[in-house]
Amino acid sequence: MPRPIAKVIILGSSALKIGEAGEFDYSGSQAIKALRDEGIRTVLVNPNIATIQTSEYLADEIYFLPVTPSYIEQIIAKEKPGGILLGFGGQTALNCGLELERLGVFAKHNVSVLGTPVEAIRNTEDRQLFAENLQQAGAKYARSIAVSSLSEAAAAAKEIGFPVMLRVGFALGGLGSSVCWDENSLESLARKALAHSPQVLIEEYLAGWKEVEYEVVRDSADNCVTVCNMENVDPMGIHTGESIVVAPSQTLTDREYHQLREVSIRVVRHFGIVGECNVQFALNPKTSDYRIIEINARLSRSSALASKATGYPLAYIAAKLALGYTLPELDNPVTKVTKACFEPALDYLVVKIPRWDFDKFQGVEKKIGSVMKSVGEIMAIGRNFEEALQKGLRMLEIGVSGLVGNSQFKFEDLPAELRDPTHRRIFAVAEAMLQGMPVEEAASLTNIDKWFLYKVQHIAQLFHDTQNNPQSIQSPDFLRRLKRYGFSDAQIAAAAKTTETQVREARLTHRIAPCVKQIDTLAAEYPAQTNYLYLSYDAAENDVSPEEPGRCVIVLGSGAYRIGSSVEFDWCGVNAIRTLTQLGFRTIMINCNPETVSTDYNECDKLYFEELTFETVREIYEREQPRGIILSMGGQIPNNLALRCAEAGMKILGTAAEDIDRAEDRHKFSSMLESLGVDQPEWKELTSLAEAKAFAASAGYPVIVRPSYVLSGAAMRVALNDSELEQFLTQAAMVNENHTVVISKFIENAREIEMDAVAHHGQILVSAIFEHVENVGVHSGDATLVLPPQRTFLETMRRVRTIGEEVARALSINGPFNVQFIAKHSEVKVIECNLRASRSLPFVSKVLDCNFADLATRVMLGHPYKVKERSPFDIDYVGVKAPQFSFTRLAGADPNLGVEMASTGEVACLGDDFEEAFLKALLCVGYRLPIRSVLLSTGNLAQKVHFLPACQALEQMGIELYSTGGTRDFLTQNGIQSRLLHWPLDERSPNAIEYIREKRIDLVINIPKSFHQHEITNGYLIRRAAADYSVNLITNLQLAARLIESLQRKSLSCLQIKSWNEYRKRLN
Amino acid sequence: MAETPQKILLELEDGLILEGASFGALRPAAGELVFNTGMVGYQESLTDPSYRGQILVFTYPLIGNYGVPAEKLDQFGLGVFESDHIQVSAVVVSESSDYSHQSAAFSLNDWLARHHIPGVSGIDTRLLTKRLREQGTMLARVYTPGTAVDFYDPNKENLVAQVSIAAPQLLESGAKTVVLVDCGAKQSIIKSLLARGVTVLRVPWNYDFSDENFDGIIISNGPGDPSMVEATVSVLNRAMEKRKPIFGICLGHQLLALAAGAKTYKLKFGHRSQNQPALRQEDSRCYMTSQNHGFAVDVRTLPQDWKPWFTNINDGTNEGIRSSRFPFMSVQFHPEAVPGPVDTNFLFDHFIELL
Repeated sequence: MPRPIAKVIILGSSALKIGEAGEFDYSGSQAIKALRDEGIRTVLVNPNIATIQTSEYLADEIYFLPVTPSYIEQIIAKEKPGGILLGFGGQTALNCGLELERLGVFAKHNVSVLGTPVEAIRNTEDRQLFAENLQQAGAKYARSIAVSSLSEAAAAAKEIGFPVMLRVGFALGGLGSSVCWDENSLESLARKALAHSPQVLIEEYLAGWKEVEYEVVRDSADNCVTVCNMENVDPMGIHTGESIVVAPSQTLTDREYHQLREVSIRVVRHFGIVGECNVQFALNPKTSDYRIIEINARLSRSSALASKATGYPLAYIAAKLALGYTLPELDNPVTKVTKACFEPALDYLVVKIPRWDFDKFQGVEKKIGSVMKSVGEIMAIGRNFEEALQKGLRMLEIGVSGLVGNSQFKFEDLPAELRDPTHRRIFAVAEAMLQGMPVEEAASLTNIDKWFLYKVQHIAQLFHDTQNNPQSIQSPDFLRRLKRYGFSDAQIAAAAKTTETQVREARLTHRIAPCVKQIDTLAAEYPAQTNYLYLSYDAAENDVSPEEPGRCVIVLGSGAYRIGSSVEFDWCGVNAIRTLTQLGFRTIMINCNPETVSTDYNECDKLYFEELTFETVREIYEREQPRGIILSMGGQIPNNLALRCAEAGMKILGTAAEDIDRAEDRHKFSSMLESLGVDQPEWKELTSLAEAKAFAASAGYPVIVRPSYVLSGAAMRVALNDSELEQFLTQAAMVNENHTVVISKFIENAREIEMDAVAHHGQILVSAIFEHVENVGVHSGDATLVLPPQRTFLETMRRVRTIGEEVARALSINGPFNVQFIAKHSEVKVIECNLRASRSLPFVSKVLDCNFADLATRVMLGHPYKVKERSPFDIDYVGVKAPQFSFTRLAGADPNLGVEMASTGEVACLGDDFEEAFLKALLCVGYRLPIRSVLLSTGNLAQKVHFLPACQALEQMGIELYSTGGTRDFLTQNGIQSRLLHWPLDERSPNAIEYIREKRIDLVINIPKSFHQHEITNGYLIRRAAADYSVNLITNLQLAARLIESLQRKSLSCLQIKSWNEYRKRLN
Repeated sequence: MAETPQKILLELEDGLILEGASFGALRPAAGELVFNTGMVGYQESLTDPSYRGQILVFTYPLIGNYGVPAEKLDQFGLGVFESDHIQVSAVVVSESSDYSHQSAAFSLNDWLARHHIPGVSGIDTRLLTKRLREQGTMLARVYTPGTAVDFYDPNKENLVAQVSIAAPQLLESGAKTVVLVDCGAKQSIIKSLLARGVTVLRVPWNYDFSDENFDGIIISNGPGDPSMVEATVSVLNRAMEKRKPIFGICLGHQLLALAAGAKTYKLKFGHRSQNQPALRQEDSRCYMTSQNHGFAVDVRTLPQDWKPWFTNINDGTNEGIRSSRFPFMSVQFHPEAVPGPVDTNFLFDHFIELL
């Protein structure tokens, strides 16, 4: 039994970034629930305001402050917790905890680290200690030796044994690594590598080995179990976050499975882990020999996946173990009749597939490998691999109807594509199978185990059979078989040259329908009242009965996290479910993202871990006969289903589908605005380049171009002249009859303002108006938001509100909506309107302490309530939301801001004034302050002039100024001293790149002259270097100016340590 | 998977008939229908003599993924499987999968066919499992439409006599000698002993070894109802008088309990899986164990000088007993694993230390 503890502090993972995403909202939320169940007070530090863990109903105190040692120490000093949890906030929390321990903070404040001791964490993190410990435990590990000379390289290679891998440091990424097969070639390869980098890693060569992971839990009494194992379809050489992963392992024998399991348990015991731990292995497919690759002594992305894959609430149990409980003492919360000390048996399999968003980035390297680049993932559940894989690919929402039958993939050099994988790898494998490539050949090109390739081949075969004999789908046996192996109605229709409706009718005629299956952690061995469900056509019996007609409400989640849609929509969905429960409805959530809280076992009455496609949603809807379905809480994916769902007779709760269409359809929306007399930028829909040019000539450049009816990778661009317009339109191959393009006047130097609101039958009940720090031209998801606005005219605010009311009335809005405006002088124009919850909904709800999602849900169910709307005068603090970028991970991508969203996450902070909240927010997204030196390249002449006062301020603050060519001349002319750094392409010293690399620059302010750049320019090289060497980078003038002002007005030491509750109390 | 698989029927005692696709040998079979929830280890389970007379349902839907290795005998004449042939009467799976593994010599399909064992695929095995869980283990039969086979209850026979060996065998591997009472021993038990450097005298189930030279006794696993195996119990009763260390495994555990004077009973649907948590009484340590049994020891009937040793924390059933006077002990689970977790391998070391 645990010893008593009154208050525990939990560190969150801060903003979502590549490699550290929504999974930590899930793990942190479960930890808080576990502590709360014990009556322990919880203090959470996490500036990620869009998370569920920072909701008012979970932790007792929440700090929207940086997860850094100095802030955590101040919070500890103030809150005086008895214990701290470090394992629930990813690497961010773990690193912070290690540093706090090193600084003696825990000892000083008498805080005990709960769960895995810091010593054990350090032993897993430090490469040297890690190796020593594994050796002591008698476990084999992947050898890696850092060398800096030829002789050291030779010695290291000899010690490890050939073949070896030579790896050059990350900063020179793209140079790649090389394989050295014998002593003869070592010298030349090592010489080459050492020429690029002072340090080279000599590593054991494990490419092509299987990659297998185990999730292990251990209690303080040394009971230890492996909750799940997982096998990567893509073998060693591809980061597990970039791999398709299947659970449980599929190609391991009993001997292999249990050999690795035994080693995992042995090392976890040796390190002394208490709680959860992930062990990664390489397994030689020819000899069954193994190596340990990595151990994560904390909750991880893999543990979140394992948790959803098995139904075992790993984070919840890990938190209980950290408190001192033992595994046999704890119940299995899923079955409620068995204990937590067991290993789940699955009677299904899951497939995880990463989602990449490369199309959002200019110049990004699209090859996948040892660095994680994916921004989200989905998990699909099936009773066979083909079913799970095809479901999973549809879940990605990348416009595919399954593994095969997609027209968008063209591979010029298939063998090359298979050898050097990109994000399209699985489709390349499918194409190879369709073209008849033998499995052996595909296996040798990809190193993918033949077992998986046979399954892909099977899908290809079924597709061919359908194409060759379209009539066969009239045969119930064959149609059932297609469905069993994961073919969607649309996919079958494409193969059989018929329509989705006809396939559906054939299916209904033959009574071919999916069965609802439960996930119960014990393969049906014990009765479990579990609500965790999936659909399968490879089944003959439903495990659960439908709801009573009209009793339940279905809420659609957001699917895979991607740029532009992430944890904020999970917050919306979870809040909608909570409200529905309070209103007395049974709740059903449909979602397929294993990183979410909405897919947790105890959030809703029934969880369908399923596709958000029309076909699947309809199956569930018709089975459950709900009161209605909520599409407006999960972002754009559910919203896009509105028309089809309405046409199919489903009851959509909230704003009517035709009104949603009136907002989504550019034509209809625009003519509505015209009839309301609401101003908008001049625009036109067109299908030819000539039309585009004519429009630009009459409206005047710059213009903004965006394709319509494109689900993903919707590339928006700003064109400054005819040639840019032409280049963009032809390059993107977007002007054709199928894909119309909308072109509109791009209004420069205008400010951007947004309104989030909830309306009831067209009447606004509550609204929040906020401004962007950046001028128009930066995507709203990448902009820094300020609530309440600090620099917006009262008149503008009034007009924004009035237009919002008119739009709400005209569209009879019943639920949440968001309108984006641009303001220049006193003119206000509408640029966009979405009749759904917006990305900023959790931000405005939390800053104003008014839950918009709750109100919106009540409105949709006909239970609106009156809220006292707060005017900006009622709020004596400011909230600032700042974007988090992950450019460091995305080799080659231009870290520039534009109309296409690039940020992967966000934070928001509160302060007494703008400067305080703003500086806190920047610290949270990784800015290192104070600033002692700045490199300036401030754009064109107008921009330079505009930025002059900020430069003068920098000089007055005594900050060391560096500048590039034109900027230096301009500064000199204006009496400001700065040191010249040569442009990167000049290759002269002192060079900008050299100073960035040597960290002699604290902040790079680099203002691009144009809105888009694809070629290698000096500006690009400087920005990229700043990203690669983790130097503060600002590419926007307004943002730079606000930062300099803030630093001038505020000292970092006066940023206050206040909890959200302390701010909330100030609202009357 | 074959293009046009032959249809085959699986009929349960309660009248349920499911249609599946035939794989392996196409022939009728009958037996007791049981399920196993392990996700790996099909070749080990299928050759485990404890499954004698049973039709085995795998709850994991894909079976056969890594094929089946070729038989290869070691220096003691022990092969790679748990016995020298497939023991189950028939196999029921959701999907008999394609295979890929460096160790594979056959597909599961071919291997079953060679051993004349019928398989049924395309079955919703979760449906079957739920039925067995709710109604208890029942008899079943497998046949093609138009043919017939009678239901068969293996528990009414002495199955142990069918799977034991005919004559004693001596496998020399060290100075100490352990008598292995073979009631249908899994080869992994023998290998676990040999690997620890003890000589194994493997004797038939009803063999009186009182006059042999030995240092300890292992009573193996085996199929069916322990009360059918009276001869072994009487041999044990005599052997216990020697006070030498005794270690019973699975059926051996039940037989030792009977010899001690306790009673056994039939479980509703048994334990056949690799994730059964067994808590050791003395220190509350909990181990993941591999199991395959349909009967259990009733701890309430244990004599005074015997104590429960391990208990299943999921359903409270007995998982091991120990004499408080003599070095006699037994476990319901399989410390030799194969298939399953190797967490309790150490019990062999403890036993050997006592010799």
